[in-house]
Amino acid sequence: MVKYVIKRILLSVLILLGVSMILYVLVRMMPVSFLEAKLAASLGSGGSDTDYAERLAEMKAYYGLADDSFWGICTGYWGWLTKFVGGDFGSSWKYLQPVEEVIFKNMGVSFAISFVSLILQLAIAIPLGIKCACNQYGKLDYFATVLTMIGISFPTFFLGSILIKVFAVDLGWFDVGGLQSNLPTTATDWERFVDMLWHLVLPMFLLTVLSIGSWLRYTRTNTLEVLNADYIRTARAKGLSENSVVYKHVFRNTLIPLVTLLAGTLPGLFGGAMITETVFDLPGIGNIAYKALLEGDIPFIMGYNMFIAALTVIGILLTDIMYAVVDPRVKLGD
Amino acid sequence: MEEKKNILGEVLEESTEVTEGTVAAEQTEDLHGENLNDRVRVLSPGMMVAKRFFRSKLSIVGLVMLVALFLFSFVGPLFSPWAEGGQGVRDEVNIKDTIVPVRIDYVIDGETYYFYDITTETPSVNNYGDMDIHHWLGTDKSGYDILANLMLGGRISLTVGFVVVILETLIGVVLGGLAGYFGGWVDMLVMRIVDVISCIPSLPIMLILSATLNALGILDISRLYYLMLVLTLIGWGGLARLVRGQILSLREQEFMLAAKCSGLSTSRKIFKHLLPNVLPQLIVSMTMGLGSIILMEATLGFLGLGAPLDTPTWGSMINTAMDPTALNKYPNFWIPPGICITLAILGFNFVGDGLRDAFDPKMKR
Repeated sequence: MVKYVIKRILLSVLILLGVSMILYVLVRMMPVSFLEAKLAASLGSGGSDTDYAERLAEMKAYYGLADDSFWGICTGYWGWLTKFVGGDFGSSWKYLQPVEEVIFKNMGVSFAISFVSLILQLAIAIPLGIKCACNQYGKLDYFATVLTMIGISFPTFFLGSILIKVFAVDLGWFDVGGLQSNLPTTATDWERFVDMLWHLVLPMFLLTVLSIGSWLRYTRTNTLEVLNADYIRTARAKGLSENSVVYKHVFRNTLIPLVTLLAGTLPGLFGGAMITETVFDLPGIGNIAYKALLEGDIPFIMGYNMFIAALTVIGILLTDIMYAVVDPRVKLGD
Repeated sequence: MEEKKNILGEVLEESTEVTEGTVAAEQTEDLHGENLNDRVRVLSPGMMVAKRFFRSKLSIVGLVMLVALFLFSFVGPLFSPWAEGGQGVRDEVNIKDTIVPVRIDYVIDGETYYFYDITTETPSVNNYGDMDIHHWLGTDKSGYDILANLMLGGRISLTVGFVVVILETLIGVVLGGLAGYFGGWVDMLVMRIVDVISCIPSLPIMLILSATLNALGILDISRLYYLMLVLTLIGWGGLARLVRGQILSLREQEFMLAAKCSGLSTSRKIFKHLLPNVLPQLIVSMTMGLGSIILMEATLGFLGLGAPLDTPTWGSMINTAMDPTALNKYPNFWIPPGICITLAILGFNFVGDGLRDAFDPKMKR
């Protein structure tokens, strides 16, 4: 087990190395003149000429942008890599702060939306999925299948735009975007908190509707598999009530693969929902990253994408380990 | 669609050939003088798949949606006056002439005269047009007919989907097949590449590339080719993994041992004996993949980074929803393309799901 985990961690490091190489080459494909212009624009008129020149030189040195030959790219990558491993992630041009600070500062909103939405998804999908599987091909099953398919097929931005149009513009229940409305200065912290929650209702709803389908389908297929297992027949044969069979024996075994899948939601939880946040203009990490990507903010692009890639790798690793932890029948190792 | 039908067609043909032989054999053993075919229906595997597929209502609904969308996109423009030769036509007819009479009074020597100053306001193009008999869905901000744009956009969106899926399948089958068949260091190398690709966040990567294309000044139609290329390079990993997994399990089976004993060449073993067995899962995966590629293209278009801006695609049309005034006042700008995207993805998902169930021999329903 320990050997397996160590092997997997080493492999993950290798994968991250590969990801960083591809990212670096991609970033180097951006023309330097474009980057200079973007850097100048993001520094604004406030910065003096020396400030700009200094930053430009710093940036070029940091990313080795001055040399566009193959060897130059290699040395540039090596320079970036050594600094990255040493914990120096660079400083975002757009937000003028160290990358890690920008990421952690804006992660809260993203995490709140994704976490609440995940809880909602599970709370609805698991009972419904089990119900559907118990009455396979019944009315409820058919209905739920069609609804989940529609949920999966709806593009995030389209459903988001409809939600904004209907609930925010036409009905006026919510603000069109943002995280806070103009509250009087006398508003208490509690009022501010409720106001913020109110702004997050639509994004949470959107995320829940769009992702509930896959959980529901997964629960349903799994429950169907468990229902066919021998131990369920045994449970029925010894005369347990149907409720006891379903809610004690089937339910627990259905949870096994679901728990492992939970580990895979890691990037979604912390990495932000880029499109949802952009549609609702929330100051989450996804929206911040979107704006930085458009501006060619190299330090942030590299930092953010490595962050997401690391989360994905950890998620996959956790999924495999969780599988062995939750299900004692599974033995890890080659 | 064409590609898929071809593959299905081949499967059908092959299997009917086999059954024809058995039918002939059965007919000779006919005892009671009546044709055995009258009492027993011989179903080829392909026909069984088709039967199971058409038994599910959802797959028929999906198929109908897809056929409708294809007809709409590829045949529809022929009947639209606003799409000539595959290009949108601006509505420059001034059907919205407005005559503004202004009464001007004069008083000369105590008598009042008046006359009307008539100005004609002619919009050069009929933009932001209402939905009427000429433009069923109105016109957009540059005076293009939205319905015609929707059809032309569908052409591009669907074509992008198909090209990317076919390319992905080619790469996925070749590399996945090599990895699964040869194992060892080939497998190790290919699968590590797949791991790396699956860990790269795809949306940010597409955004970086779009920004790069913008910076390089690639704003014409060639942009679409780059997009297709990148979508392919990002997406082949899943298919490769699928093919490899299937081939790993298949190559241990007896029929492969038989193939080996008959001294078949490696390429014959792979292409004649292994790949046809992977085909069902591959087709399902491709169908589902089409939906997700159309979604990706639309997402990029929505973020304003997809196809060139003057080329209508479903994605770039829904991009208008980013503009608050269009979002509020002109829902006819962005709701129709949104519905088209949703229908396309829904259709591919329904058909893919139906195919999966139909191909699964364990499904006895």
